[in-house]
Amino acid sequence: MDLDELVTRFQKKDVIAFEKLYEMYWENICGVINTVVRDKFLAEEIAQDVFTKIWNKSDSYSPSKGRFFTWVLNIARNAAIDKVRSKSYKNQQKNLSADYFVGILNRADVNEQPNETTIDTSALKKLVLNLKEKCLEIIEMLYFRGYTQKEASHELDIPLGTVKTRNRSCISKLRENITLEWK
Amino acid sequence: MEVEKYIASGILELYVAGLLTEEENLEVHENATQHIEIKEEILAIEAAIRELTQAVAPIYQKRKGFDDIKVRIGERKESKVIQLPKEKKSNLSTYIGWAAAVIFGAGLGWFYVQNDQLKSEIEIVNEQNEVLEQQIFEARGSLTNTEELLSSLRDKDVSVISLGGQEVSPDSYAKVYWNKEQKKVLIDAQGLPEPPDGMVYQVWSLKMDPLTPTSMGLLEDFASDDNKVFTLNNPNESEAFGITLEPDGGSEGPTMEQLYTLGAVSSS
Repeated sequence: MDLDELVTRFQKKDVIAFEKLYEMYWENICGVINTVVRDKFLAEEIAQDVFTKIWNKSDSYSPSKGRFFTWVLNIARNAAIDKVRSKSYKNQQKNLSADYFVGILNRADVNEQPNETTIDTSALKKLVLNLKEKCLEIIEMLYFRGYTQKEASHELDIPLGTVKTRNRSCISKLRENITLEWK
Repeated sequence: MEVEKYIASGILELYVAGLLTEEENLEVHENATQHIEIKEEILAIEAAIRELTQAVAPIYQKRKGFDDIKVRIGERKESKVIQLPKEKKSNLSTYIGWAAAVIFGAGLGWFYVQNDQLKSEIEIVNEQNEVLEQQIFEARGSLTNTEELLSSLRDKDVSVISLGGQEVSPDSYAKVYWNKEQKKVLIDAQGLPEPPDGMVYQVWSLKMDPLTPTSMGLLEDFASDDNKVFTLNNPNESEAFGITLEPDGGSEGPTMEQLYTLGAVSSS
């Protein structure tokens, strides 16, 4: 069964199709959320909320609006950001600067906070091999934090068009690394 | 449209990131439908982002998993995580369960009682059936008796003698059916009153000249005899028959004051 068919069945409230999509995307979604909230148990909770939400509002997805993955990614990102902006979260006074990837790569493989990282940093390091900090920044902003092109341009202090092209070249580099890894 | 230039613009990366406007999204979707290269590029970008996002996913000893989702979307009953609503639910279902069990038990008892009653009713009906069968059997027996009686009365050798009421009881009457061949008589004593206690009817064969009475026997158990027909032997050359009321056990000779009925045999 291909993805389109799975999504169609999911929209018709087919639980089996939903479970396949869940298993397919759960790690991606949880990874995105954890990058924002930096608490793996909280991230898991939010990820469960996100999948519950997409089931309940499955009608609102349409292929003409974008990729199914993108749709779920958007919902997850918004849920994570909402959580971070909430009062209870702010009280925890976490460092929420958008330098997570850079930070991970610069840190040693030590779990400083028990709930935080525990990710396979070696895999990540291989994946982003030779990617400059500029790339890590822009990828984190656009894919993990939902910055608009304009916001990213402002934040990075680069022209609007450059955001697009830089991102393109960074993703291309990422794709190269993936291809290398598979060879 | 220059597909390569379009791809190189970086719009597809933003498309996968979900950062385009609605119109731009629709445009990319249409272009992807028309150009396989664009479609493939989108899939490759998405695959790369999925690789990256998966690489930053936390590692869990044990995940909540899809079972938790099933509970959340109501496809499955809570099993262990949320305690309070579960207990409420289980209490309610326990009560319903017990109530159902009690109702079932009561129903079972009711059926048992009903069944018992039906069984005893069947027994009663069976007994009644036996009684009815007995009665039918007896009725058939009495019918046979009646038929035998009738045929013996219809015999061509039988003479019928009517005995009329006498002074002591003018309303009394009786009939004697005499089969001379068989030397037997049938006395139909239906027209006689029930004898008082300690008394019995005695039947006499009479010769007229001179008047000689000969006892033919007693009408024993008169009261309890249903059809009041009695069979007696009569070896005599009778000219008349008389019935008198005598003390229990009968008398040597008739008590003429207690002569109830009397009738002469017609000389034919």
